Amino acid sequence: MSNQTAYVRREDAPLLPPPASEQGIMGWLWQNVLSSMANFGSLSAAIVSLLMIFLTFVFGFVLVWMTWKFVDFTILSAVWSDPENLGGAICSVEGVGACWPYIKKWFYGIMVGNEYPREQVWRVYTIYALLAAGITWLIVEGLPWKKYVGLFMLTIFPILTFVFLNGSPIDDGESFNIGSTWVPLAIGGVLIGLGLFGRNGSMGAVVEAFSPALLVLSFVFIAYGIIPLFAGAIDSAFGFEVVRTSKWGGLLVTLVVAITGIIVSLPLGILLALGRQSNAPLIKWVCVIFIEVVRGIPLISVLFFASVMLQYFLPSDIDFNKLLRALIGVALFASAYMAEVIRGGLQAMPKGQYEGGMSVGLSYWQQMRLIILPQALTTVIPGIVNTFIGLFKDTTLVMIISIFDVLGIIQFKAGKDILWYSPVTGPTGYVFAALLFWVFCFGMSRYSLHMERKLHRGHR
Amino acid sequence: MSAGRGKSLLYDPKLRSIFFQALFGVALIWLLYTGFTNLFENYYGKFTSDKTFGGIMDSPAGIAILTTFGTWLFEYSSTDSSNWTAFMVGIANTLIVAFIGIIIATVWGFLLGVFRLSKNFVLRSFATVYIETLRNLPLLLQIFFWIIIFRLFSGGLKEKDAVVFVDGALYYNADGLRAPFFDWLEGGHIVFWALIVAIFSAFAISRWARERQASTGQQFPAFWVGLLTLIAVPTIAFFIAGKPLSIEYPTVITEGSILKRGAFESGHGMFVATEMIALTLALAMYTAAFIAEIVRAGINSVANGQSEAAGALGISNSVALRKVILPQAMRVVIPPLTSQYLNLTKNSSLAAAIGFPEVVALFGGTILNQTGRAVEIIMLVIMVYLTISLLTSAFMNWFNNRMKLEER
Repeated sequence: MSNQTAYVRREDAPLLPPPASEQGIMGWLWQNVLSSMANFGSLSAAIVSLLMIFLTFVFGFVLVWMTWKFVDFTILSAVWSDPENLGGAICSVEGVGACWPYIKKWFYGIMVGNEYPREQVWRVYTIYALLAAGITWLIVEGLPWKKYVGLFMLTIFPILTFVFLNGSPIDDGESFNIGSTWVPLAIGGVLIGLGLFGRNGSMGAVVEAFSPALLVLSFVFIAYGIIPLFAGAIDSAFGFEVVRTSKWGGLLVTLVVAITGIIVSLPLGILLALGRQSNAPLIKWVCVIFIEVVRGIPLISVLFFASVMLQYFLPSDIDFNKLLRALIGVALFASAYMAEVIRGGLQAMPKGQYEGGMSVGLSYWQQMRLIILPQALTTVIPGIVNTFIGLFKDTTLVMIISIFDVLGIIQFKAGKDILWYSPVTGPTGYVFAALLFWVFCFGMSRYSLHMERKLHRGHR
Repeated sequence: MSAGRGKSLLYDPKLRSIFFQALFGVALIWLLYTGFTNLFENYYGKFTSDKTFGGIMDSPAGIAILTTFGTWLFEYSSTDSSNWTAFMVGIANTLIVAFIGIIIATVWGFLLGVFRLSKNFVLRSFATVYIETLRNLPLLLQIFFWIIIFRLFSGGLKEKDAVVFVDGALYYNADGLRAPFFDWLEGGHIVFWALIVAIFSAFAISRWARERQASTGQQFPAFWVGLLTLIAVPTIAFFIAGKPLSIEYPTVITEGSILKRGAFESGHGMFVATEMIALTLALAMYTAAFIAEIVRAGINSVANGQSEAAGALGISNSVALRKVILPQAMRVVIPPLTSQYLNLTKNSSLAAAIGFPEVVALFGGTILNQTGRAVEIIMLVIMVYLTISLLTSAFMNWFNNRMKLEER
């Protein structure tokens, strides 16, 4: 009994440690760096290994050197304060890094433009705060009422922004005329009544058939009437002084141009993409030509078009201000790109989705709204965000028609400041602008990656 | 049942389509009509003189243009050359910047894309940092950055500030790069034809080698032999023709406090303006970051089994990359690559911010201000870009059709 020999192992064999090449710092180094450059078995392998050694050294050196230079310039040898108000002289010393007092001095200009009246600037900062709060609310998960916050950000917030930033809704000199808003409101009311009550056919077949179109049209009229009314109400409540757009600058212009572009380009892009897929030849070809022409030319020529040519096509008494012209140019430009991105999503939809929609008797717009677009837009989220990022970067181009965004202020206003003339002023400004843009763009791209993962979870 | 019939007509998709198109068409025609009426009233009403646009374009431009490839190609002079010549100078400059930029961006972008997927930690992190930084910064900022880097590289415009790479041949100062200029003498065309012959024979050799390998299985080092042909034949022709090449070395004018902007003139060597270098480099570096991501996506799109199968057949990594992975990845890569090339070409218009005379800056900026003919000039600029776009798209479609997978 006791001297029975076991032929079956009763306990686990002791675990052996992993081989030395798989663990510790050496293991990591072997796997991630050395393995690609240690094969000298044949001539060609030796050449590849030597090349890899060379490349690793060169690019490793460049990476370390650039990182070091950046840290050294921005932090270690940077000038942090200017206690004696020396201005540029303090940064003209040999070998100093970034000149932060210069950015501090110009911070106001970079944020809202140096000509924005200082006693009115709280209005801009209020809007910045509202924008930041709204966006944070929308992207932080688990907060309630997202739908209403989103609706607020898309409808009331833009009007609020306009009144806060610009002052009186109509350019100065003209007083706001409340009477003119009644006509579109009345037309809108009649149309909405026709659309709603005629939907069941009680007002004849024609009204019934066109009730969706009537509803859309009524929405346009009501928006046209109610926006000035609403803006006027806010304005008379606060009594803002007008700050003309020519005094805006810096981050204010960047954000206004980028966000307007983003908000306008998405719906317009959807319409253009749907138009391009349409069966109606006229609509299709107009959309195709618009998209292809706009995508074929650089944004600068669109901006030139908007700034020097557009006025000739309009009645001579309409005088657009320059920022509005740039906004139109940027929005149209972004819409064409957005349309192509969305078309990709529409084409990726299996045909069965359209047929399924038709077979349950949905109308074209119901199919689009309930079935196709939610799926198509989800699949192209990365493309949409890439377009947004591109648009955000492209806002810098408005400086070419002398509207000064962040980079424009840094290049043409702050950079030409004689009080702050020094060899490091220019690079400091660029580094600051780079950090600002990088944070926005990188943030957007990370958020899109996160959304993509979140929305695709169900499909795996 | 007349109501029902009316109803069905109302819901007839064909009729509805016609109705809405007619509505759309009327709105469009009205828009175009009022637009063009306004244009004729506001714009053409403005010009009282009877000078036509063609007449203005034929008259001398009368502006000094920075010495560049275009001014050399069209022998531009501010007094004699017409506005048309200035237009051509702008187009030439756009094309040369785009051409050089595309070559650098492609090579560098493919390298970065492969680095990004490399097992080597150093190369991988270099590529990641590079791509994530450059993709997320405005191109205009990058152009300004390169300009300032080049300006800082050499202290100033004076001769003592010039950085001498090769004494008497290669200088750089804040103004630009001065390099030797090569000019063909009598007999230069022999070398040119030799080069053409060499290119064709290299193609023929590779074709012959491929056919031989397909029929007999024997390999032939076609790449190396082709390369040798490409180098040897023109070189031999060069010596047979009696070295028909003259080299002009740049002269740096030492008198005066500030160096004159150099020229492609005889005795002055070649001059490449800082604006041109900075713009080309900025465009190439920026676009390379996007190309790298495209290449990465392309390589990732090739199923793992492909590289595993290549490994199982005993094909080495580099050959597998060249013969198995890349040809399949190229199908995914080419369409977005084309749009990156077009983006680079269009982005070269950012030169307007730094004063490099390409078509938008020179023609849409300076000459527009000179002549005041906004509508025609902007239309011409738009036409230039549309032509480039259409030609590139057509070429790439053709290329894409050749590369695409032959499916049953």
